Amino acid sequence: MSQSISPTALAPKTAPAPELGALAEFTQETLALTQRLFIQLQRRPSTLVAGVIQPMMWLILFGALFTNAPQSLFGPDVHYGQFLAPGVIVFTAFSGALNAGLPVMFDREFGFLNRLLVAPLASRYSIVAASTIYIISLAFIQTVVIIGASAALGAGLPSLIGLGAIALIVLLIVLGVTALSLGLAFALPGHIELIAVIFVTNLPLLFASTALAPLSFMAPWLQWLAALNPLTYAIEPIRYIYFNAQWSLTSPVMAAPWGDLNFGVMLAVLLAFDGVALLLIQPLLRRRFG
Amino acid sequence: MTAAVVIEHLQKRYGETPAVQDISFSVERGEIFGLLGPNGAGKTTTIRCLCTLAKPDSGRVEVCGISAIKQPKQVRRRLGYVAQEVALDKVLTGRELLRLQAALYHIPRAIAQDRIQQLLTALNLTDYADQKTGTYSGGIRRRIDLAAGLLHQPDLLVLDEPTVGLDIESRFVVWEFLRQLKAAGTTVLLTSHYLEEVDALADRLAIIDGGRVIAEGTPSQLKDQVGGDRITLRLREFTPEEEAQKAQHSLNALPFVETVIVNPDQGNSLNLVVQRGSNALPQIQETLTAIGLPIFSLAQSRPSLDDVYLAATGRTLMDAELAAASTRDLKKEQKQAMKTA
Repeated sequence: MSQSISPTALAPKTAPAPELGALAEFTQETLALTQRLFIQLQRRPSTLVAGVIQPMMWLILFGALFTNAPQSLFGPDVHYGQFLAPGVIVFTAFSGALNAGLPVMFDREFGFLNRLLVAPLASRYSIVAASTIYIISLAFIQTVVIIGASAALGAGLPSLIGLGAIALIVLLIVLGVTALSLGLAFALPGHIELIAVIFVTNLPLLFASTALAPLSFMAPWLQWLAALNPLTYAIEPIRYIYFNAQWSLTSPVMAAPWGDLNFGVMLAVLLAFDGVALLLIQPLLRRRFG
Repeated sequence: MTAAVVIEHLQKRYGETPAVQDISFSVERGEIFGLLGPNGAGKTTTIRCLCTLAKPDSGRVEVCGISAIKQPKQVRRRLGYVAQEVALDKVLTGRELLRLQAALYHIPRAIAQDRIQQLLTALNLTDYADQKTGTYSGGIRRRIDLAAGLLHQPDLLVLDEPTVGLDIESRFVVWEFLRQLKAAGTTVLLTSHYLEEVDALADRLAIIDGGRVIAEGTPSQLKDQVGGDRITLRLREFTPEEEAQKAQHSLNALPFVETVIVNPDQGNSLNLVVQRGSNALPQIQETLTAIGLPIFSLAQSRPSLDDVYLAATGRTLMDAELAAASTRDLKKEQKQAMKTA
């Protein structure tokens, strides 16, 4: 500290650096924030380990729950393990995304977020983007493991195009839910409240979806709820891919109480869900200063 | 050239609590400016408004002529901020943290690499750069944070209580570094509730109390304005009130004595202001002996910044500090800090 210091190291810049393009800046800050999350994951991998073990439990334990249910209850030549796999894929991705706000909330509580907010970020959406990239990567790892395990348990394996479609659907549901969770992380007073919200949202949304049972099993009012639940719009197309080798955007995927919905409509609803979620959190990100 | 910082009639309240009532001061380029005041005086809120972390209710806040309210991003590019609570990601190494910081300020990778190395050397941190920040001691954490605040070569470095909680040695290291920083041309604005810190470092300072500026100037200007010499007198270690008042009455009658205050927060000691150059101590001794009062301790000194504070508020900084500590709601303060995030 006392040795001589080159004065340039401490001197202010003579002129402020030229601004890079907004997109280049956004990319740079997003990548750096994403890298931070992956370094954390690499040094503290327990979240990922638990996130892989949990869906295995669902598949094995829950799958065994209905082993002796009458054949063809869930569809011709469909056993419950097959029926369950798409539900577990979506629910696992959903749970991960729902927790996306927690690290941001802890950054807020420890004051680390201030470091990001006093920096001249091109956009605060880079915080959202970094979390989304991170959560999507985790969800993809989990999805691959679930698809593999389900195949081993006899659920079969979709075609390559089918797998691509599953990846797209997982991405769409994760994007919207991550955005909402991050919005809550900016809006709620602290992590206790955020955990409470996660707690009361998680399982009810699971049960009010078609993850564990088809619409036709449900009470009429629950059918309506499940048919409005974004999770259902992710589960049903994946299930259709699992059950039908042949599918297209016009395939009738779900019989909602008000009529049949095809594959394309389901994807459009997921896309709209993402759009609404991103718009909803905008004022929260903007709060005080833009 | 415009001033580095201009703050005019800043007001900010959190709910019903007014944190800043009316604060104005300006910082010239290249100087070290100190904001001195007890905890809860409104220093941190002022800094948060300056660093675009909080939006003022009213008033003008400018950095290098740019409004922090209208063009926050331009202001963020020009200032470095070292917060009071050093928040480091304890899983990252110091170098990784600095790389992240460099990317947030859009410094090209190759340049960032060099800057990081220069700053690590300048702050004597090379040995710690590749250890996780979770293992750092307080002094090293503060130095890494200084490096982080300086990566983008800001015109203005803002430090909130830069040496709070540090041991003496680390404190001197930080002081010395800030002096070097000034010599290199960077403007430094720091808050502190340590008198000696502001006295030792600041070219100019503003004293803040209850959300207002109560004095502004160079340390010697402010001390000269107060005038006179200070005498602190204790009759006993803990003096009964009647005795203190009796002494107060007699000492007030001496021609060279300007004021006598009984300070109940310090065991009813007596604080006197006397004309400079008067041969006060022997005469005070005589006066007290004549009315049969003992002397436990008696000391004369030039006015300090604390006397400036005392003259303006009627209490010493330490007493204000203690009073604030007892009424402080740390939980509430953390909530406030998070609100703007």
